Amino acid sequence: MTALATHYDPTRENDSFSPLRFLWTVIRRDMLLAARRRGDWLTSQFFFVMVVSMFPLGIGPEPEVLRMVGPGVVWVAALLASLLSLPRLFAEDYRDGSLEQMLLSPEPTVLVTLGKALAHWCIYGIPLLLITPLLGVQFSLPAEAIGVLVISLLIGTPILSLLGSIGAALTLGLRGGGVLLTLLILPLYVPALIFGAGAVDGALSGIGYSAHLSLLAAFLVLTLMVAPWVAASALKVSIE
Amino acid sequence: MSIAWFKYSSPATFYGLAGKLVPWFGWSAGILTLIGLYIAFFLAPTDFQQGEAYRVIFIHVPAAWMSMFIYMVMAFWSAIGLAWNTRLSFMMSRALAPTGALFAFLSLWTGAFWGKPMWGAWWVWDARLTSALILFFLYVGIMALWAAIDDRRRGDKAGALLILVGAINVPIIYFSVKWWNTLHQGASISMTKAPSMASLMLWGMLVMAIAAWFYSIAVALYRVRGIILERERQTEWVKKLLEARS
Repeated sequence: MTALATHYDPTRENDSFSPLRFLWTVIRRDMLLAARRRGDWLTSQFFFVMVVSMFPLGIGPEPEVLRMVGPGVVWVAALLASLLSLPRLFAEDYRDGSLEQMLLSPEPTVLVTLGKALAHWCIYGIPLLLITPLLGVQFSLPAEAIGVLVISLLIGTPILSLLGSIGAALTLGLRGGGVLLTLLILPLYVPALIFGAGAVDGALSGIGYSAHLSLLAAFLVLTLMVAPWVAASALKVSIE
Repeated sequence: MSIAWFKYSSPATFYGLAGKLVPWFGWSAGILTLIGLYIAFFLAPTDFQQGEAYRVIFIHVPAAWMSMFIYMVMAFWSAIGLAWNTRLSFMMSRALAPTGALFAFLSLWTGAFWGKPMWGAWWVWDARLTSALILFFLYVGIMALWAAIDDRRRGDKAGALLILVGAINVPIIYFSVKWWNTLHQGASISMTKAPSMASLMLWGMLVMAIAAWFYSIAVALYRVRGIILERERQTEWVKKLLEARS
């Protein structure tokens, strides 16, 4: 709470950028907390790497086969890694009461959920993008396909964080919340998975990838418009 | 003539109305199913392309229609419930979900039986099949969320939000055969042009569809009566009712 108190002062009414400032404060605070507790988010990055590395062991080392399944494997592992980290999105702030204080603030709750989803993407999505080229090489993908894979994840991982914030808000404080979150959110992730992995397949087979990436970006815009609002209502339902 | 909508939005009056309607819808669903199945197995001609195996449409198509339609009705009640905070709306959507899940499962199951002789595979990863599978997952997720939340008000609203978010899937299923080049055949019936099937087949399917419709109404009303009793058990009218029964 101290970070919020020192960087944000709702009494300044003339400040026309105050919603943006509030959003930035929420993002900054979550990043700061993540920086102080590295173990939390490094776990899910290593989870991502390990899940992807299990597949060649299970399927066999033939490069042709690996090239064929590679994009899908990386994408599914990214979905699972995001689901692994999502239950913590609101849980700790809920436990120490700071989430309630944020909802009581005069700024709209949408900014809290949007800020937290964006911070989640910075903490979990961006490192994932940086590791992905290495994993692409493991699956003997050609350079162009690795590039498309990274771009598809760049557009796709914010979708995972945004949709995931809905699930995290709905399951806040429930027993077995993590598994339940998976049940609720995985069906909603399907379009991102299809278009994201489809783009890389298109690049591999030479059909082209721009159509898939455009659809993925359209899905991102749609999610950005809807998810923070739904997550905000869900948060209010869960807390009241 | 005006119908007293608001009178029946109270669980106490709706309980009585639902009780009167259940036998009507239940019996007509049973009779229509018998008529429909008779048309399906004895009257409808053999399809010149698909042989006898096409007869699964008499179950498959109504089940698929109902699985989508029930979801839309649930989304409708959820929106009403969230907007006006009406108790009965949430009860209706809870009462509908198991029937919707049942029909979604039936449509996948019978679809597999149709797919094997027609396409040579129980399952293909085609756009319509995949989106129908996701619809089934959505039903399961919603019911799991309800089951996990003990607080009734929170469960109602959380489920309603999830239902509304998932509603985007229904138009995708419906139009998937148009938008994508799928293995699943396109619609055989449309409002604007003559159906591309024999009229007896069409009649059989429509009778079965109406039967599925009535069955869903009967079962949902029956279930909502149970939910009303459970939730209103502290009120006077339920206590009186139970005294009168015993």
